[in-house]
Amino acid sequence: MRARVRITLKDGILDPQGKAIAQALGRLGFEGVEAVRQGKYIEIELAETNHVKARAQVEDMCAQLLANTVMEEYSVEVDG
Amino acid sequence: MNLGVIVFPGSNCDRDVQVALSPRQSGGEPSMIWHRENTLPALDLIVLPGGYSYGDYLRSGAMAAHSPVMRAVVEAAQAGIPILAICNGFQIAAEAGLVPGGLIANENRKFICRDVDLRVENSDSRFTSGYQNGQIVRYPIAHHDGNYYADEETLNRLEGEGQIAFRYCSADGAVTDADNPNGSSRNIAGVFNQSRNVLALMPHPERAADSRLGGCDGHALFDALLASLS
Repeated sequence: MRARVRITLKDGILDPQGKAIAQALGRLGFEGVEAVRQGKYIEIELAETNHVKARAQVEDMCAQLLANTVMEEYSVEVDG
Repeated sequence: MNLGVIVFPGSNCDRDVQVALSPRQSGGEPSMIWHRENTLPALDLIVLPGGYSYGDYLRSGAMAAHSPVMRAVVEAAQAGIPILAICNGFQIAAEAGLVPGGLIANENRKFICRDVDLRVENSDSRFTSGYQNGQIVRYPIAHHDGNYYADEETLNRLEGEGQIAFRYCSADGAVTDADNPNGSSRNIAGVFNQSRNVLALMPHPERAADSRLGGCDGHALFDALLASLS
């Protein structure tokens, strides 16, 4: 199975890179860009075939290593 | 006295801190301990040095926090062994849960390398007892991810428990946004764990420990620390 993990800084924490991207988009003439949040995207190929177990495994990976929940939040999608 | 400096792939202040500690202790040089060790010898002090462990992959300090040696370091911290975590060492210590909070990218998105003024917030520790509360000291900073973050509840607890060691300040000690180089919450530059046997700070006392190299304000930290161990 394949898991897709998205990690971003928590809402309310300044994301300096997202802010810089928003400013650059404005300079390029894209109007109406109100906010940009930048994050990480991680794909994981898993041997596990049970959907529920795969998700639980990836959630555990996020809690232990992939995200730092002091300042980041994450979402997990599992497919395949 | 047995002092140990943990060396990760990408550490680059390990020797600096070894030198800063060496002339002041009688028991020989601090030993350099490779991060793949599973156990530690009996140590009186552990240093997590600055650098770019694992190329800052994933997050600064995240990979190093899971190095084999870190299990033993966390156990040592829980047993009360003093731990000094500098710059990348702070990032590693935060990722390993040795101190509260975490370090994110500097607010201005730049690597900042310059001397800063720091106000000593709590001199009641083995690390800071060589200073007076409110004293201004000057150490260099050299980091991209030094923006200290913790939620409001944690910050209030740190204040209440005397766990803030240093704050970025002006030359006369004012703690203002203008003197906050990286956007850190409440200008925090260094924190203790609750029992104050762990000090984690972004500025580099070991780079302020030689008069030929820009200042000696770090001497008082190393002198007090080593005196507390002997």
